[in-house]
Amino acid sequence: MKFFRSHVLVGINETSLQAGVQDFIKALRNELAKQNLQEEINVLETGPLGFFGRGVCLSVFPENVNYQDVKVEDVPELVEEHFLKGRPLSRLQLDSAGKFTPKFNYDKRIVLRNSGIIDPESIDEYIGAGGYEALEKALLQMKPADIIAEVKKSGLKGRGGAGFPTGVKWSFTAPLDAPQKYIVVNADEGEPGTFKDRLIMEGDPHQLLEGIMIAARAVGATKAWIYIRGEYKLCIERLQKAIAQCKEYGLLGKNILESGFDLDIDIRIGAGAYVCGEETALIESLEGNRGNPRWKPPFPGVKGLWQAPTVVNNVETLANVPFIIKNGADVYLSYGSEGCPGTKVYTILGDVAHPGLCEVDMGTTLRTIINEYAGGMKKGFRFKAALVGGAAGVFLPEKMLDVQMDFPHLNEYAAVLGSGAILVLNEHQSVVDMLWSILKFFRHESCGKCAPCRNGCQQLYRLITKIKKGNGTMEDVDLMVSIAQTMFSTSFCALGQSPIMAVRSAVDHFKDEFIEITKK
Amino acid sequence: MAKTVNIWIDGQALEVPDSMTIIEAADKHGIYIPRLCYHPDLPPTANCGVCVVEVAGNPAPKRACCTPVMEGMKITTNTKNLRSYRKTLVEMILSNHDVTCPTCAANNKCELQTLANNLNIDPDALPNILDKHPIDDSSLSIIRDVNKCIACGRCITVCNEVQTVYALTVTDRGIDSHVDTAFSRGMANSPCVNCGQCTVYCPTGALRERNDIDGVWEAILDPDKHVIVQEAPSIRVSLGEEFGMPFGSVTPKKMYAALRKIGFDSVMDTNFTADLTIIEEGTECVTKLKAGEKRPLITSCSPGWIKFMETYYPDLADCVSTAKSPMSMFGVLSKTYYAQEQKIDPAKIVSVAIMPCTAKKFEARRPEMRDSGFQDTDYVLTTRELIRMIKEAGVDFANIKEEEADEGMSFYTGAGTIFGATGGVMEAAIRSAYFLVTNTELPDLDIKAVRGLQGVKEATLNVPGFGDLRVAVAHGLSNARYVMDRVREGLATKGESPWHFIEIMACPGGCVGGGGQPYGNDIASRARRGLSLYEEDRSLPVRLSHHNPEVTRIYERFLGAPNSPLALQLLHTHYFKRSVNDGQITGEATHKHH
Repeated sequence: MKFFRSHVLVGINETSLQAGVQDFIKALRNELAKQNLQEEINVLETGPLGFFGRGVCLSVFPENVNYQDVKVEDVPELVEEHFLKGRPLSRLQLDSAGKFTPKFNYDKRIVLRNSGIIDPESIDEYIGAGGYEALEKALLQMKPADIIAEVKKSGLKGRGGAGFPTGVKWSFTAPLDAPQKYIVVNADEGEPGTFKDRLIMEGDPHQLLEGIMIAARAVGATKAWIYIRGEYKLCIERLQKAIAQCKEYGLLGKNILESGFDLDIDIRIGAGAYVCGEETALIESLEGNRGNPRWKPPFPGVKGLWQAPTVVNNVETLANVPFIIKNGADVYLSYGSEGCPGTKVYTILGDVAHPGLCEVDMGTTLRTIINEYAGGMKKGFRFKAALVGGAAGVFLPEKMLDVQMDFPHLNEYAAVLGSGAILVLNEHQSVVDMLWSILKFFRHESCGKCAPCRNGCQQLYRLITKIKKGNGTMEDVDLMVSIAQTMFSTSFCALGQSPIMAVRSAVDHFKDEFIEITKK
Repeated sequence: MAKTVNIWIDGQALEVPDSMTIIEAADKHGIYIPRLCYHPDLPPTANCGVCVVEVAGNPAPKRACCTPVMEGMKITTNTKNLRSYRKTLVEMILSNHDVTCPTCAANNKCELQTLANNLNIDPDALPNILDKHPIDDSSLSIIRDVNKCIACGRCITVCNEVQTVYALTVTDRGIDSHVDTAFSRGMANSPCVNCGQCTVYCPTGALRERNDIDGVWEAILDPDKHVIVQEAPSIRVSLGEEFGMPFGSVTPKKMYAALRKIGFDSVMDTNFTADLTIIEEGTECVTKLKAGEKRPLITSCSPGWIKFMETYYPDLADCVSTAKSPMSMFGVLSKTYYAQEQKIDPAKIVSVAIMPCTAKKFEARRPEMRDSGFQDTDYVLTTRELIRMIKEAGVDFANIKEEEADEGMSFYTGAGTIFGATGGVMEAAIRSAYFLVTNTELPDLDIKAVRGLQGVKEATLNVPGFGDLRVAVAHGLSNARYVMDRVREGLATKGESPWHFIEIMACPGGCVGGGGQPYGNDIASRARRGLSLYEEDRSLPVRLSHHNPEVTRIYERFLGAPNSPLALQLLHTHYFKRSVNDGQITGEATHKHH
């Protein structure tokens, strides 16, 4: 193995691609060659780095120096200063004051453990990092029932938002005698503010494929579909490459690893409807129909895609599976909180110093996530609220900053973990405005199938618009809660059942704001 | 034996089959759960949310229409919360509805109106936020007013699943989502076959027939016009229910009296041409049978079925009888035979048909239905429209003194009257065809195998001198599709049809369940009306079409013989090929008789 003095990790994702990262890499390599440093400095194209700077971002190891918004014209200076003279180019550093360094908790990561380290487009690097060992174990050393038992034991809960135990879900489908079963991967990440699945797929696509393979083996599926957002171009590209590599390596197709197990994975691209993240609407869409939800029962596990038993899992859920199988449920149980093992990937946005993503133990408090992983609040701002879980989430006020973020604890506060999006608002932001934008979103995304959601979303939007403009009354606020409650109780699918969470938490925790604005 | 489960609804212990949903179990035991989109004839769309009930152990209420019963289920149908949800829901639905009840076609029949009334809804709870859409009046038969649509989805279910026509779908999303035809091209430019089942199942006035009442009144009140009216078989068993009489009351003579009172100059009866149809079609059938024809003969009375066939099975159009429907035979004869007999200028005759059918409006306007030199049938009114006319004219239908029809084209037999029920044309045809083949009368005139509401009925009859006659009867176009697929398959693989003679009616139940019949036209009422037609059949002095004296007379004085050149010219037709995309004619499927 070659020895390099430094490794430059260049994050390649949708943001950096738009900022021209490809040209930047070319320029960097040229400049390093010009300075005769190509044998000393290794440039690695990798996935999301774990922090969000603007534009092209770099992490240089072992120095642990992070740059943002680096442009082609900065290359000569960067190479000269950092790699020749050995002093960081402070004007481009992520935090030029040097007070905050992103916390790369690689030792505590599961699904992002390779992200930002390996080349996501290389199956060899994935294998080099221990990839596909879990598949080998699952196919050659374990029976399908053992896999399910292990996943059940691990306590893994679905990461799409609802938190249903994954092993239990699989155990509904596994015993069914059916000529065809399917795995469907829900990669139609549509929750506003959420893009953890994008980063998981961009950073380590093979890990998802390995998870799919193990799930398929466990339930007896021979075909898997990844239903992915159309906007996720890089994910699609990387997954396509990864699938092709697996086929070449005999990890997909017939008789995988000579175990007698067959599997094909195909990608289907969503057209941007939020409701298609609902598993039955997703299935309808996969079948080529209008993306309307189906009535449950029968559940997809029994009758799903083309009426065949179908396991629908979220990307993050499946990305956890290889780790569980490889290391065993006991190791997995050492992560997370009691009753909610494992880690959770969050995307932290809004008025924090360093928006970004992090993977932390389940049960980590909101305060820790904001302070330790996002660098606290933006300078000069005070925390007012965090919208946790996207549009289908809740507003958490300051007094709830120390709530443990996991399914059981948040439930106690009628809150949800949802998709893992954390949107932080400062004290100048208006919760009413935020709620308006959420309800506008729901109005736009309701599929229109059922009367409560179709009419309710419109009425909520009408009422919050009236309130926002200062024409509303506290009766309008009460009516909004009452309509959202009716929607929760009578809507056909989770979409119409969701607005109550934002509405109620906004009204409960920030009532003064509503009183103030309706006084006018 | 079906398994049963024990459940409790509002504390009442019930033992019900495990295949039931909560609402089915409740309905069976007389417990009424408020509902809006649910209809017992159709699979639930579960769109409205009104039927929610509380099921012990569940955090949120469940829809009764599509939640299966389970052992030990404890269900509550009326709680403070449920009442509040239902009220909020109906208030929201009303706030997005064109509330014009007094003048709406569905007034007093509207399920939304009734529900709002039952739930004691405050009409001003929410402001009306309806975003008005244009009305789709492109069709000759059906008017679609999206502003009254509550998106229950029944029309789509009945169009796509019961009729397999696929004219309607949902387009757009959220508050803008609405029922529409493909690319919003309108009903006239869709595969719609005009059967009108959507109007029957629409809970509001969003779907209704094209209203032709004004034109008919104008003709009646014009002293220069001679207005002749015919009434389809099923009308006589569908009027009474609207005037406080028992369901399925047989009222031909009150019907005649009411029509005369309204002002029609000549009151005749479609049942007469139903008998005539049997002779024309029966002769065609017997000719085919005697020739050993491998392709079947299929009935042609139902205009919804004809357009469906032209759209989806034009390759089998030559199997469909060339005989016009009884309505169109009457139409052409009213301006030829009748005009000649009565010495009236046919240009002054206005021929009106009272039909249980919306598709008949389309049939009357088909360009080939002008063999009299005029549009043969000028106006078609549905049963619902006639009821409105009777009410407008102030006729006390239930108490009106019975009268006879005018003579000439009104005498009918039991065979003619059962045309209105599924299997009736088949039964009537067999009665006469048997005679035409064997020259003896059928020993038992009740052919029970072709009666009833089973979707596809099959029977084999031994006809001396011919052998086994295999027949099939289908009603509802999904059943027609099944039968036609078997015919197509049989012809392709074995070179022959599984059946010699097939009756097809577009509407479930036949004409008694037609798209123009009074609202509340469910399977149970169709069955009741059908039974009434068979009762009338049994009570009539003549039960065989070939013994109808007026039919005999028309052949003697006008047509000559069955399938004579004049009969072929006036009473027979030909078919077209139509596009599945827009229902438009793309070519000829069969040729006209010359």
